[in-house]
Amino acid sequence: FMHGSSDKHSLFFNSATTPPDSDPSQRRRVHSMLKHYYGLNEEGKVTEQAESLDPCDINGPHFDPEVYLNKLRMECSLGELMDHESCMVKQIRSLDSDMQTLVYENYNKFISATDTIRKMKNDFKKMEDEMDCLSANMAAITEFSAHISGTLQDQHAQITKLSGVHTLLRKLQFLFELPARLNKCLELQAYAQAVSAHRRARCVLQQYSHMPSFRGIQDDCHVIMEQLAQQLRQKFRDGGSSAKDLSECVELLLQLDEPAEELCDKFLSHAQSRFEADLQGLEAELKDSPVTDTDILEFIDRGCNEFVSSLCLVIASYQELFINQMANGKLHVFVDTLAARYFSLVERRIQEEKGVSDNSLLVRALDRFHRRLQAISKLLPGSAVPSQGTEIVVRAARERIKQYLSALQTFYHDSLTDVRQALAAPRGATSKDATPSLPELLTSLSNFILNQLKSVLASVHLFTAKDITFSNKPYFKGEFCSQGVREGLVVSFIKFICQSSRQYCESAGDRGGSTPPALLLLLSRLCLDYETSTISYILTLTDEQFLVQHHTPVTPVTALCAEAREAAQKLLNHYVKVQGLIISQMLRKSVETRDWVNTIEPRNVRAVMKRVVEDTTSIDVQVGLLYEEGVRKAHSSDSSKRTFSVYSSSRQQIRYAPSYTPSAPMDTNLLSNIHKLFSERIDIFSPVEFNKVSVLTGIIKISLKTFLECVRLRTFGRYGLQQIQVDCHYLQMYLWRFVSDENLVHFLLDEIVGSAAHRCLDPSPMEQSVIEVICERG
Amino acid sequence: FVNKLQYLARIDRARALTAQTAETDAIRFLVGTQSLKFDNQIHIIDFDDENNVINKSVLLHDAGEIWHISGSPADKAVLTTCYSKTSESRVLTCAAVWRMPPEWESGNHESPDDSSNNPQTLELLCHLDNTAHGSVACVLWEPMGDGKRVISLAENHVLLWDLQESSTKATISSSATLEGKGQLKFTAGKWSPHHNNTQLATANDTAIRGWDLRSMSQIYCIENAHGQLVRDLDFNPNKQYYLASCGDDCKVKFWDVRHINEPVKCLEEHSHWVWSVRYNHSHDQLLLTGSSDSRVILSNMVSISSEPFGHLVDDDELSDNEESQQEDKGKEPLQDSIIATYEEHEDSVYAVEWSAADPWLFASLSYDGRLVINRVPRALKYRILL
Repeated sequence: FMHGSSDKHSLFFNSATTPPDSDPSQRRRVHSMLKHYYGLNEEGKVTEQAESLDPCDINGPHFDPEVYLNKLRMECSLGELMDHESCMVKQIRSLDSDMQTLVYENYNKFISATDTIRKMKNDFKKMEDEMDCLSANMAAITEFSAHISGTLQDQHAQITKLSGVHTLLRKLQFLFELPARLNKCLELQAYAQAVSAHRRARCVLQQYSHMPSFRGIQDDCHVIMEQLAQQLRQKFRDGGSSAKDLSECVELLLQLDEPAEELCDKFLSHAQSRFEADLQGLEAELKDSPVTDTDILEFIDRGCNEFVSSLCLVIASYQELFINQMANGKLHVFVDTLAARYFSLVERRIQEEKGVSDNSLLVRALDRFHRRLQAISKLLPGSAVPSQGTEIVVRAARERIKQYLSALQTFYHDSLTDVRQALAAPRGATSKDATPSLPELLTSLSNFILNQLKSVLASVHLFTAKDITFSNKPYFKGEFCSQGVREGLVVSFIKFICQSSRQYCESAGDRGGSTPPALLLLLSRLCLDYETSTISYILTLTDEQFLVQHHTPVTPVTALCAEAREAAQKLLNHYVKVQGLIISQMLRKSVETRDWVNTIEPRNVRAVMKRVVEDTTSIDVQVGLLYEEGVRKAHSSDSSKRTFSVYSSSRQQIRYAPSYTPSAPMDTNLLSNIHKLFSERIDIFSPVEFNKVSVLTGIIKISLKTFLECVRLRTFGRYGLQQIQVDCHYLQMYLWRFVSDENLVHFLLDEIVGSAAHRCLDPSPMEQSVIEVICERG
Repeated sequence: FVNKLQYLARIDRARALTAQTAETDAIRFLVGTQSLKFDNQIHIIDFDDENNVINKSVLLHDAGEIWHISGSPADKAVLTTCYSKTSESRVLTCAAVWRMPPEWESGNHESPDDSSNNPQTLELLCHLDNTAHGSVACVLWEPMGDGKRVISLAENHVLLWDLQESSTKATISSSATLEGKGQLKFTAGKWSPHHNNTQLATANDTAIRGWDLRSMSQIYCIENAHGQLVRDLDFNPNKQYYLASCGDDCKVKFWDVRHINEPVKCLEEHSHWVWSVRYNHSHDQLLLTGSSDSRVILSNMVSISSEPFGHLVDDDELSDNEESQQEDKGKEPLQDSIIATYEEHEDSVYAVEWSAADPWLFASLSYDGRLVINRVPRALKYRILL
């Protein structure tokens, strides 16, 4: 028991010391029990000894029945012994039966095993005989072989020696022939062969240089190779050779241990000289033909074919030859400087491209230029050259937009000059259809401008065509479309139109402006048309064509429209002002120059009044050509026949009557009329609406107000007053139809006659009937 | 607080208005009437600032209708008028120096609605005889002078008069004539208060000319100063080279006479001819214009005034003041702006005038005889003062 417990103890330790991933304790126990049985306990001898020394263990190997029996007899009572005995009998019986079962079960196996063993015994006997025979044969063979090799020993050694000598001789022959061979190569300029031959011999010669004969050969070779290197350098320096030759040359020289850096420099400087020639050729082309008889495409072609392609070649061969970092740096510098010069030439050439007639040529040239530079980017990944090239293209495109804008502006000015001339052409002299009417001029002008704009847009659109390499650059996708074309070109042009229109109002202002009024009217209508439709049309067109995605804020259509409307308004106001002033001037002169005190009795309407009416009529026609009629207030039935209250003093009293003569009799109707008039204050130079009636009202207002102010500065005799009466009646007869509110004309003419009456020394007015007769007659 | 007061002249037409230049206590304006039928009068309008009442006196001016009136800077009783006289079917505008009778002030204070039964008559001191030179457009007193020198502009002549023997005798001391094509005629003029009163500016047609009174020669000429007739001009009282002009192109222009090619500034606020332009006598950013669009416009021309913004502001004064915060807000740099448009008139306004006594008060006169007295808005006044 003690043992069992200590065993368990040790088992416990075992399991504790074994890592957790080893066998589970159950298996371990079975295992150890087996080991235990077979005496393989690794726990030490103590256990083994204890085990082996226990003679009472019925299963142990040292079991001693005598001791066991004695022990039992001593320790156990009789009952126990009986029990023990019966138990023992029972165990023995079961063991017997177990053994019997095992024997029965394995009987057949035992039989067959016995058979097999017997058979094997027979076969081995046969094999033993054959083995004996074999070993005898082998002994004979060994004997023969030893004999043969003994005979051939000498010859073999000789052959080996001979073949060694042969190789050596061939090597020597090569060495001895080397100078001659090198010379021959030199003669034939087969430098590559010479160099490879020399390279093969060089080490050997170096090794045996202490022997005089080899020394000689080495020296000879040295001389020859020196010569060869010289020749190569010469060839390198001459520069007549192509890039390919050159690179070969450099390769050989490198093999001849020339310093790489020097070669780099030489290589590049040589290449430089050839590029110099290319660039000078290009420059000469620039200089020689300021008129540029070669177009830009040819120029770029030449640049690409000569310069860019040889640059690529140089880059390629250089990169093949020199691979270290230093060389790469040199190459970058070299390429950058050359490219900078090339670019400056290209830019100069692009700048000379001022004519805007054919944009496709420029675009194609730029495309080619750009495309060819892509090769460099492939060859020389880190290079800034292609991006610089792109920048040039971008600059060219920007410049182009500016040129187009100025071309458009010039075109606009030219068109206006044409219109001006058409307007200035005498109308009566030529037949009617020779000089186009205002609406025709307007349509043709607006069509001209629109077509020109469209063609410009089409030209500019080439920059973004799909097959153009640079069209997918971010600039051409975004900024070019929105900032360049939309803002820089279209919006700027529309703004320019408005701007220049406004300038017509300012420069040609009061100081005897040279702008014909008809042109003002025409431009005003043009701007108005722009406001209503053209601007949005143009911008929509642009946006569609260029698929503008606005990353940056752009001028909204409404702002442009507002600007156009403002310009239209300004122009129309100015038109009214100019026309009003022309008529005003006539009226003013006619009032200021006449001696109104000593004038004769009026017999006619003065000619100037007829002129005023005529001019107003023609203005009416002119405006009617471009602007709609507009609304006017309803006329009274007898608009043309209206009498003026000459005694305006009475009217004045009525006007101010409420202040201090409340009892004064008054014409309530007249009073209300006057009140109505005064409730709407008349602004003389006020903005007009975009219609004929409003324009005419403005002009007539200005004219009549001038008339009034001039009359107030004069003194009249009796007939002077009567003449004014006649004149005003005449104006009344004809002017009411032009204005929106005839009361306005009534009021102003009323004021004129009233003021004249007040300024009259002898205010005795003319009979209304007489006035009417005179006016009918005149 | 009444911002405006109106006075309606009894006679319905008037063009001539002046402040009584020599009067520095009472706010007083003189209005000359225009009538061919009745006797013409000079209305003396007194504005009682404390009670906001207008008092009126009338003096008879029987020589003819008055086109221009101007008060002596030295003697408040002395004035000149330009009046038209018809003789033998000829109308001629003459000029004369008058004295108001001394009793007018004592005896003739009446309410406006009480008609003056026996108006006193102006006492004629002397004629500025112009029969040789044609109609007189205006008479100008020497600014801040001793009341002994006047200039009259007659047709195309500039006549400098010396008034002697208490203004009872006038002699031409020197004259100049504008020569040129066509009928030249001065429409307006102004005696410059700068340069020791040696300069004069005149307007004829579209041109403004400057004259040196010592040599009686032209010193500058702004051709085409306005698109059309120049109606009036005025010198900036504080900036010697600056003058304002107005005309039939509805514009008011400001000139630096040293650079006459372009106006310094141009206002285009009126919708008809501008007949009168006046600088405020003390604060030259305030400018008054009257136009035949029946409007009077008060503008604040800070940018070209002699009081650039902030010039008068002392920061220390403001710092301990509670109002300084508010004040600072109001002290944002002022832009040139229209302060107010006065629309009380119903007919063309031919004359506007600042009071000689109160720099914040002005009068305007329209053709229908309506005289309106207005004040500069109080807010602006304080902003200028503080």
